[in-house]
Amino acid sequence: MIAIIDYGAGNIFSVKNALDYLGLESQLTSDKDFIKSADEIILPGVGAFPSAMKMLENSGLIDTIKSESQKKPFLGICLGMQLIFEKGYEFEECDGLGLIKGDVRKIESENLIIPHMGWNKLEFLNSCRLLDGLGDNEYVYFVHSYKAVCSDSDISAYCEYGGKVPALVHDGKYVYGAQFHPEKSGKTGLKILENFGGLVK
Amino acid sequence: MLAKRIIPCLDVRNGKVVKGVNFEGIKDVGDPVECAEEYNRQGADEIVFYDITASYEGRGVFLDVVRETAKKVFVPLTVGGGIKTVDDIRETLRAGADKVSVNSQAVKNPSLIKEGADIFGSQCICVGIDAKKIAENKWTVYINGGRVDMGIDLIDWVKQIEQLGAGEICLNSIDADGTKNGFDIPMLKAVCDSCSIPVIASGGAGKINDFSEVFEKTGATAALAASLFHFRELTVQEVKQYCRNKGVVVR
Repeated sequence: MIAIIDYGAGNIFSVKNALDYLGLESQLTSDKDFIKSADEIILPGVGAFPSAMKMLENSGLIDTIKSESQKKPFLGICLGMQLIFEKGYEFEECDGLGLIKGDVRKIESENLIIPHMGWNKLEFLNSCRLLDGLGDNEYVYFVHSYKAVCSDSDISAYCEYGGKVPALVHDGKYVYGAQFHPEKSGKTGLKILENFGGLVK
Repeated sequence: MLAKRIIPCLDVRNGKVVKGVNFEGIKDVGDPVECAEEYNRQGADEIVFYDITASYEGRGVFLDVVRETAKKVFVPLTVGGGIKTVDDIRETLRAGADKVSVNSQAVKNPSLIKEGADIFGSQCICVGIDAKKIAENKWTVYINGGRVDMGIDLIDWVKQIEQLGAGEICLNSIDADGTKNGFDIPMLKAVCDSCSIPVIASGGAGKINDFSEVFEKTGATAALAASLFHFRELTVQEVKQYCRNKGVVVR
């Protein structure tokens, strides 16, 4: 059972739709006990960093996420990926969940179209089980204006957009983060979600 | 590198695709969900549903189409037509749309863009623009499906909507639309050069090289077509293969 954390942010139904399609059992939830009893956790999210942290705080889920993400596979998607870092700088400096070292800053480069919107190619850096079965010409769908700034050792795959943009990060244990939307990335994205589901099998 | 996007658009009335399609293997040629699935198989980077229903009942049927598609097609879905309020945006996103496209109502009430972007994020607010040339390098904005000239300068409007928080622009040329003579390159160039958000080219696609041309000559990051794909004059796959051969990066 995968717990999809519902804290009032974003189009969480698409994640649920994709997991249903793959036959992976999941439930949208903001219930601490349910999250503790689930096999895996997904933290979705679109919107702004500070308001999402505020919503997580209001749901009283921050401590649960911090402890459970050390015990079972945890995947943050898009803004949910950004929240796993220590700090964000969208509108204002704001503490994140601090599950992986690094912070989240505006993508800046001359003449670059922002948001980074569309399909970009994954460049593989460190091996990661979520990337099992993928070829070397895989595109995934991104839409974001901020990016993670973190150590190369935590980056499984990145893409090029005015420099290196971390696409998939992994702490080496249970915490994974995808800057792109696997639930909107066609077959490639579905494979990545299937691999995530397979971590507990 | 970021790939250029090819986006088929489906016009839907009372839950049915308006223009006939003849895809092989599709049972109901008017079923938008099946058409979307076919476009997905062809490699569409996004799918746009445009609701041209006038009635309240029709709206419910249309949102059911979006809901069903979102269960089967895992690429971004953009929904346009009939979106007038923040509640309409919310309802459409809840049905499974990733982005909404606002057009006439945004011109009449620009604060809709700002409110939508503030609440749901810029990434899901696409502003559709219908524009027509009035003089050399000068265009004005039209509403109500290209019927009413608002007398607003296109470039001023583009700058204003970027300021208000639009995440993307879908620019349709009234002059080029339906001609099949290619995209409106001068207009697209002028718009792409005056903003830093993504611009989708719309209106005028008739030949396979129109797609590579718009990417070579303008800063457009995506190209949209409806009837060309509906009538299967070209498939998304063919367009992408052609672009790839021309050195345009596509997925």
